Amino acid sequence: MELFTNQVLAGIATGAIYACMALAVVMIYQAIDHLNFAQGEMAMFSTFISWQLMQWGVPYWAAFVITLALSFVGGIAIERILFKPLAKAPILTNVAGFIALFAIINSSAGLIWDFTIKQYPTPFGSAPFLGSQLISTHQAGMIGVTVLLLLGLYFFFQYTRIGLAMRAAASVPESARLVGINTSWMIALGWGMATAIGAIAGMLIAPVVFLEPNMMGGVLIYGFAAAVLGGLTSPFGAVVGGFLVGIFENLAGTYIPGVGNELKLPIALALIISVLVVKPAGLFGRHIVKRV
Amino acid sequence: MSAAEDVVAEGHEAVEAVPKRAMTLGMGTSLVVLLLLVAVPLFAKNFVIFQLTQLLYLGLAVLALNILTGGSGQFSLGQSAFYGIGAYVTAVMMEQFNIPYFLCLPVAGVVCFGAGFLFGQPALRLSGVYLALATFALATAMPQLLKLNFLEHWTGGVQGLVVTKPDAPFGLPMSQDMWLYYFTLVVVLAIYIFSVNLLRSRSGRAFMAIRDNEIAASAMGVNVALYKTLAFGVSAGITGVAGGLSAIAVQFVAPDSFTITLAIQLFLGMVVGGVGWLPGSIVGAAFIIFVPNIAEGISKGLSGAVFGVLLFLVIYLVPHGARQVAILGQQLAGRLRRN
Repeated sequence: MELFTNQVLAGIATGAIYACMALAVVMIYQAIDHLNFAQGEMAMFSTFISWQLMQWGVPYWAAFVITLALSFVGGIAIERILFKPLAKAPILTNVAGFIALFAIINSSAGLIWDFTIKQYPTPFGSAPFLGSQLISTHQAGMIGVTVLLLLGLYFFFQYTRIGLAMRAAASVPESARLVGINTSWMIALGWGMATAIGAIAGMLIAPVVFLEPNMMGGVLIYGFAAAVLGGLTSPFGAVVGGFLVGIFENLAGTYIPGVGNELKLPIALALIISVLVVKPAGLFGRHIVKRV
Repeated sequence: MSAAEDVVAEGHEAVEAVPKRAMTLGMGTSLVVLLLLVAVPLFAKNFVIFQLTQLLYLGLAVLALNILTGGSGQFSLGQSAFYGIGAYVTAVMMEQFNIPYFLCLPVAGVVCFGAGFLFGQPALRLSGVYLALATFALATAMPQLLKLNFLEHWTGGVQGLVVTKPDAPFGLPMSQDMWLYYFTLVVVLAIYIFSVNLLRSRSGRAFMAIRDNEIAASAMGVNVALYKTLAFGVSAGITGVAGGLSAIAVQFVAPDSFTITLAIQLFLGMVVGGVGWLPGSIVGAAFIIFVPNIAEGISKGLSGAVFGVLLFLVIYLVPHGARQVAILGQQLAGRLRRN
């Protein structure tokens, strides 16, 4: 039983990483209706910017805020310059665009900061949290930040005019345009916010997985999986999905014989798919009814 | 976010409706392309012939994805898994059981058809991104499954298997590469003709009806479940044959050749070639083989970025891929003829 609780705790700790990433994935999905494959790379690039700022002597929280602002602007710029011209292109062409963006960011980061692994500081310290060896203060801090972020987003989307406008632009663009919402800029805003959230996720994840251009590869896969599991339309679902995926993954690695590290990912994904077969819109997603 | 259900109006299909006539080439153009494909190797070096062979079998794999996505509207990131199964079935049969290569390919196709058909069953309930995730899971699992210990006796584990390249039969005065090229060409042409006819048949019409509107299709009496899984099966089977051909041509199979990267490349090939336009598959294959080399030539350190920029250029200029170029060409030719 103790093994079980420990593994669940460890799962929650890694789950926090996935939850963070999943939240960013869902944010952009809300705004543009696609999964952005380059999201992880964008987060990685933001994290590198903050690292560079700290190398130049900027204190952690100042670097944090500057990075958020830069990422927000950068996300909007990417949308305006690269993806607005593709707004009328087929969806699959857009997906190819994400893959192209992925290649560009990954390769540029490699050239600017090279591929060596770098240490990244944590503002929360890394002592054991409440005497447990499995969860550090950093991971606890990460969970805290994720929950705060979720609350903030909830209030933003439910209780502000602009949040409402963004939701309207994402779900029924035509009608939203008719009532005077600038849907094109709502999409750009969505990109900006998603990039900023991705930057937070990146800066929280970096102390755990270390900083390098490929740090997000694995994390993004779990983030997607978590977002899909929770239901792509629900930020709350994404966070719950993140924790569930973390726990799944750890328990599968511990209790199923012969799994080990290599097969953890496929097993976690298989479990998620089994859930999706029963609930095709994810655990907390809305069921979409199509009109013929 | 309080509404329990959303109603999405028409006009939100993930894959464009391509009329079936627009899916193929005209007779004259086909003959010219065929003539080129037959003649070029006679004047090329062995390495170039090898690259052309690569072009053919990757084109076949892109074609398979095109039938699935462009034909039946289902999206897959798991093609690399079927490609890997096909390659391994061929390699294991050739090396461990000494079965001639031309008998291995049909077996690879049938095994992959079965695998795809079975995988299509749970995938039935999923669509769009959810289906993408499911197929993605398959793609990430495949290299790990190929490395499993109890299969190592046949598969050679992490090390993979070396495959012997077949000689030209009947004492034909041809290099191994050239023989393999013509062999691949015949297989690919046969499958291309089969695919074109498949899409023109009753099953093909059912695929397209499902792609354009699933509910309407089922109301008209199309067995949606059957045809969706059938599309998965056919696509997987063809991918398996492509994988088998690749195993013979490369003379080597290893688990890490069949990762998600391959599936993404095939996807890019499909987009560049034009979703739903079968002849575009070969253009797409050319893009995924040659453009990374060109990018490497332009800048070694930034090859990924150059590749990304080139890809962006292509999708800006022709968002519908090579199909758009072909349509433009056709209109131009028509105008010239009228003058």
